[in-house]
Amino acid sequence: MTTSNTSPDIDLDNTTRTELERAGVIVSKVDYLYNWARGGSVWPLTFGLACCAIEMIASATSRFDISRFGSEVFRPTPRQADLMIVSGTVTKKMAPQVVRIFNQMPEPKWVIAMGACAISGGPFKQGYNVLKGIDRYIPVDVYLPGCPPRPEAVLQSLNYLQEKIRTQDIKSDPAFTKGRRQYTVPEFTGKDLEPPYNPDVWQPPTNPNVKPLEEATA
Amino acid sequence: MSSPTATAPNYELIQQDGLETSLLEVSMGPHHPSTHGVFRMDVKLDGETVVDLQPVFGYLHRNHEKLAENMSYLASMPFTDRLDYFNSMTNNWAYALAAEKLVEIEVPERAEYLRVIMAELTRLVNHISLVGFFINDLGALGTPLLYAFREREKIMDLFEQASGARMMCNYFRFGGLRNDVPEGWLDRTREVVDRFPDFLDEYEKLLCENEIILSRTQGVGCLSRDLAISAGITGPMLRASGVNYDIRKVDQYGIYNRFKFRVPYTDDDVGDCYDRFMIRMLEMRESIEILKQALRDIPGGDIIGKAPKIFKPKPAEAYARVEGPKGELGFYLIADGTPKPYRYRVRPPSLINLTVLRDMCLSQKIADAVVILGSIDIVLGEVDR
Amino acid sequence: MSHTVGHEPILGKFPGLEWDEEAGALVVPAAQAAKIATWLRDNDAFLLDYCSNVTGVDYLEREIKEKVTNEAGKTETVIRIEPSRMDIVYHLYSMQKQTGPLVLKQRTNREQPEVESLTPVWRSCELQEREVYDLFGVNFMGHPDQRRILMWDEFEGHPMRKDYTEPFDYEWEPTPHDEVLERHQRGKVIV
Ligand code: SF4
Repeated sequence: MTTSNTSPDIDLDNTTRTELERAGVIVSKVDYLYNWARGGSVWPLTFGLACCAIEMIASATSRFDISRFGSEVFRPTPRQADLMIVSGTVTKKMAPQVVRIFNQMPEPKWVIAMGACAISGGPFKQGYNVLKGIDRYIPVDVYLPGCPPRPEAVLQSLNYLQEKIRTQDIKSDPAFTKGRRQYTVPEFTGKDLEPPYNPDVWQPPTNPNVKPLEEATA
Repeated sequence: MSSPTATAPNYELIQQDGLETSLLEVSMGPHHPSTHGVFRMDVKLDGETVVDLQPVFGYLHRNHEKLAENMSYLASMPFTDRLDYFNSMTNNWAYALAAEKLVEIEVPERAEYLRVIMAELTRLVNHISLVGFFINDLGALGTPLLYAFREREKIMDLFEQASGARMMCNYFRFGGLRNDVPEGWLDRTREVVDRFPDFLDEYEKLLCENEIILSRTQGVGCLSRDLAISAGITGPMLRASGVNYDIRKVDQYGIYNRFKFRVPYTDDDVGDCYDRFMIRMLEMRESIEILKQALRDIPGGDIIGKAPKIFKPKPAEAYARVEGPKGELGFYLIADGTPKPYRYRVRPPSLINLTVLRDMCLSQKIADAVVILGSIDIVLGEVDR
Repeated sequence: MSHTVGHEPILGKFPGLEWDEEAGALVVPAAQAAKIATWLRDNDAFLLDYCSNVTGVDYLEREIKEKVTNEAGKTETVIRIEPSRMDIVYHLYSMQKQTGPLVLKQRTNREQPEVESLTPVWRSCELQEREVYDLFGVNFMGHPDQRRILMWDEFEGHPMRKDYTEPFDYEWEPTPHDEVLERHQRGKVIV
């Protein structure tokens, strides 16, 4: 196994570093160490919504074995989990609960939107009770397309997440500086959820081909 | 908020030495690891005893029926996969049967055999996963589930080779199947089927006489024969209550009349969780018998019959049902002469089997309520659709 | 194949009972459903002890073009207006005799649909009738526990009705998504 460079961004030539390592000394940054530990022990929430959850379970079983990446500790309670894998269709009836569960998770926390449904509503997009993407209410770190994504893809999305974790800066990252992020829980109304999306998290994309109204009328 | 026939035992709050006790209300779910998805039970507890229980549905209501009424007949086929996502093949079959009732299409021999093979493999997948989850609900976290999923993966591979997808196979078409199985697939299937009983032996040795399983499941969640029939319970759960009713035998859809197999059912009038668990274990053995016969007799030839290019049935109604691994899965279609169904309805076995959940759970312990729910075998995609 | 249940013996027994040939269903007169259902369940000739499927069907007012031969011997097209209605469909089987199905229909109007609940006869109707109430807005008289089942309690309207309009919550997206794109072109997009 090749040892990875444990002291990135540190002005240290290779021979000194190897010598130091031989003596049992590692020169590194706190950021690096912290993120390395964090990324190697992401605890996902046992949270299945629909069909995709089965593939999520499959990725944890012996054939695919998510524990190779340090994430085998599935936690049923949000208070002990770092990662929420939104695996499946989020319906409007379920959306408030999803946001509430996300609010209960301690920082730092991440979200993987697994499957077409969690990303955009997927095959059920045109349904009256289907939320068209969980990113309307909570921030998503990794989008994992597929219907359902294969277990290998689940593992890859975890790798992407670990890559993202490695770039976190403890001093400036809002996850560490701002305290626990909490978002508004939508409420049921007669037709739809209120608000239909959280403007702090998500804005509808604008069509570059359509001119704004004033321009068009002028 | 009371349910019809079962009434909660007349409850008087205990008052003792000036201490007042009251009932504890717990909302289990929709995010709860033992509810198999997003199902919720509002439970009222006295200590640990359940005195009232209300199931709450709808957290996975994906508007399948409404969507299907706005698209062509064939376009609904992939959506049926997502109903009961363990058993996409049997769902496909039920829907194809209903559509074939609307428009007479002859299904070629080879397709009929492959349909049976796929359906029985699906039954194996469903039952092993269910047993794994069920033992998981009993508190054996992980190990049996890992064993079960190990076997499941073998069958998933077969599905993938045949249809291109692991779970959402979308393999059936009106009048046959989408494509033939690849070369060597039948041999690989034979191999898997031949080795499956070894796994079952191992599993049975591990579980069936396990002291803890016996004491946690026997006498828990009793369901009487009369209530089961009246409540429309179907599938292994009905047979565990002593009714010999298997749609494969009763309707003999497809070519089930050609195979020799037995229908396991209990011979007394009440079924408990252990019966339901055992019926599934026995059913797997029978599925293997069917599979062996089908794999032996399968002929060559076409795999899709002459279906009209544009599927546009004349105004008519059709109801077709199959014996899915969870019970009677039915599709009710009303055609009005357009390429879209006027009414499209799924008869979900999981939802109707839940009718008796309250009756079975009353005056049991809360931990047993979890076991009882596990033994019903629900999949939320089908309960809420 | 299981044996279908013959409907002829039932027709004479109850006044007002009709056989709908096109649908292959018995149409039960109003306010007699429970009585007929109990009879079907308990009569030795039928023993329909198992009610499999319960659902509603919403028929809007429709124009039907029909070809008729008039007195002069010519065929002409007649437009017939079929009034709107609401059907509640029950599929009945017998577990003891292993026969079925027999299709039972209750007919009512769309505006204030009200039928008799068959839950007291067959428990299996309980959740399914609740679902019909939720999605179609049919009132089941005598149902022990009639509330919404799939949608949330505050929800208004009955989504499975043919004239239900869903809330518009699409937005423009970079990929054409047939209907979404079409709606966008009609200028109905939330931006
Ligand atoms: S993306 Fe596909 S597999 Fe995943 S929940 Fe949605 S429909 Fe099911």
